[in-house]
Amino acid sequence: MTQTLPNLLNDYLPLGIFIAVSGVIGLALLIAPFAVAFKSPDPEKLSAYECGFNAFDDARMKFDVRFYLVAILFIIFDLEVAFLFPWAVAYGDLGWAGFWSMMVFLGVLTIGFVYEWKKGALEWD
Amino acid sequence: MDLLINLAIILGKSLLLLVALLVMIAYLLYADRKIWAAVQLRRGPNVVGPWGLLQSFADLLKFVLKEPVIPAGANKGLFLLAPLITCTLALSAWAVIPVSAGWAIAEINVGILYIFAISSLGVYGVIIGGWASNSKYPFLGALRSAAQMVSYEVSIGFVIITVLLCVGSLNLTAIVTAQETRGLAHMIGLPWLTFLNWFWLPLFPMFVVFFISALAETNRPPFDLPEAESELVAGYMVEYASTPYLLFMLGEYVAIVTMCALTTILFLGGWTAPIALPPFTWVPGVVWFVLKLCFVFFMFAMVKAFVPRYRYDQLMRLGWKVFLPISLACVVIVAAVLQVMGWVP
Amino acid sequence: MSAVAAFFYLFSAVAVASAFMVVVSRNPVYSVLFLILAFVNAAGLFLLMGAEFLAMILVVVYVGAVAVLFLFVVMMLDVDFSELRQGFINYLPVGAMVGIALLVEIVLVVGTWTISPDLIRAPAPGAATAAAISNTEAIGQVLYTRYIYFFQAAGLILLVAMIGAIVLTLRERPGVKRQDIGAQVARTKATAMEVRKVASGAGLEG
Repeated sequence: MTQTLPNLLNDYLPLGIFIAVSGVIGLALLIAPFAVAFKSPDPEKLSAYECGFNAFDDARMKFDVRFYLVAILFIIFDLEVAFLFPWAVAYGDLGWAGFWSMMVFLGVLTIGFVYEWKKGALEWD
Repeated sequence: MDLLINLAIILGKSLLLLVALLVMIAYLLYADRKIWAAVQLRRGPNVVGPWGLLQSFADLLKFVLKEPVIPAGANKGLFLLAPLITCTLALSAWAVIPVSAGWAIAEINVGILYIFAISSLGVYGVIIGGWASNSKYPFLGALRSAAQMVSYEVSIGFVIITVLLCVGSLNLTAIVTAQETRGLAHMIGLPWLTFLNWFWLPLFPMFVVFFISALAETNRPPFDLPEAESELVAGYMVEYASTPYLLFMLGEYVAIVTMCALTTILFLGGWTAPIALPPFTWVPGVVWFVLKLCFVFFMFAMVKAFVPRYRYDQLMRLGWKVFLPISLACVVIVAAVLQVMGWVP
Repeated sequence: MSAVAAFFYLFSAVAVASAFMVVVSRNPVYSVLFLILAFVNAAGLFLLMGAEFLAMILVVVYVGAVAVLFLFVVMMLDVDFSELRQGFINYLPVGAMVGIALLVEIVLVVGTWTISPDLIRAPAPGAATAAAISNTEAIGQVLYTRYIYFFQAAGLILLVAMIGAIVLTLRERPGVKRQDIGAQVARTKATAMEVRKVASGAGLEG
């Protein structure tokens, strides 16, 4: 455990540095026009774009619950994928027991998938 | 002292890779426009520099010199944070991509999982940007985009699992070496035909699903509904101008190139030469990698030029009712075949 | 070791600070964003412990999926959160008492917790011992065979969650026209068009 730590840090330190460098590049691009660009402020420029009209009302409105349903279903399938990752990696050592174990798991979730299909949760209208 | 030198080397490598990546993207953007133009019998950019080769750099200059506008109703902090997140996340995926044997900046054990995580975070820039603008088109674009990216990510996950079953490691370098050292070409006794080893052939349906899902995940035409100009004007980017807009666009193109690189690594054998014989093996791996990447990008560009935009219900149907069952079934089939034939790595 | 310690304090300080900001932020959207920051730092802590798989899965599942749903809800549900905060002072004493009770319990549990020294010397059979094996593989080797009941229970919980989500949120909307790809493709010349003789000067009815 203690021996693997420096190794791990060696692996992930470059990752952190790379993310930091790309963040700095992005930030530099982001603030560049605030420093150098020609500006002629005008209140008309600051209004929300609505095809030339003044904005009717607040843009943040309620919307169809279907979008939440998609997000919830995504969480469930994402978890399924998360369970599959270690399985795929260790598949060589697991043999048929591991195969059937995962098939039962996927089978249970396929029941759910068939249910949502039949209920029309995947229809988009 | 050693540590400082190490840090400096890593910093230098990171900068080198990022600069190379950004220059490559400048030219891929140019290529994208030229290909699109050629399909439509236009000339495309041809004014700035010889054959318009400097067009992308002129565009960069234009963006930097434009006045940045932040709408009065927007949440200023989040409005500027969104493009920064998009661009930084997209770029940071490249830390683990091995452009040649041992050339990755960070050789981590869970490389593919890291890229999967980064691409699942890409949705934040869009949602935050669309919401912070406080305007109707961005809001609708953000909603659409979030549901779309989320839907296709599941199929991408399953496709990655099928490749991992054939490799047995999450490390990107291991995925490439697995395609070099075993596979179809070795089975038929012609090990120098490396291109038969690559996973595109045995996993061809997965290759197709991955390619199309990658188009949807990166909001590329024909799935560019978040910015569908004929209905949403420019979707979540409507209120953006100047470099905040540039960062969104840059992030999008970096994500596209990342997907091309991932296709290359997962299905086209990464940096390995297609035929392991002298004239081909003399060419350095990085050249093969870039060539394959450009080939995949060419397919992206051709799809953009050929295929009309999908309708939103068709897009969701394709993701949830076609790709999800197909890729799930393929996971089962691949696992069963590997186990029956005793090919598990 | 000092570098590891420095990163530990960095990650935990940011995690605690952002967890605090989750509670005190006025705007719920900022709360969710601070929550994401807390998740990312927790992933960093996992990394420091060598659990790289858990760190990545934390980012994929919590940041990439769960927090997206949270963000959806607070950004787009249009709930008036200032109204929800009305009773903040009234509920403060009760909330504080519950919080203190929980804190005391946690201190009691953690304070009396000792890890058996045998456990460190003799790891569970099947668990990863050598550094040569990656911890993703170590999880894979035990999760699907040794801990199969927990694994299947997780599957059942996911099934319940899926069905629950559909039962709670799905509304039937009558009179919506949908595309039926099968019917569309199955259309033939016979069903799609009809040739009629038109009498000169009479035209067709309807």
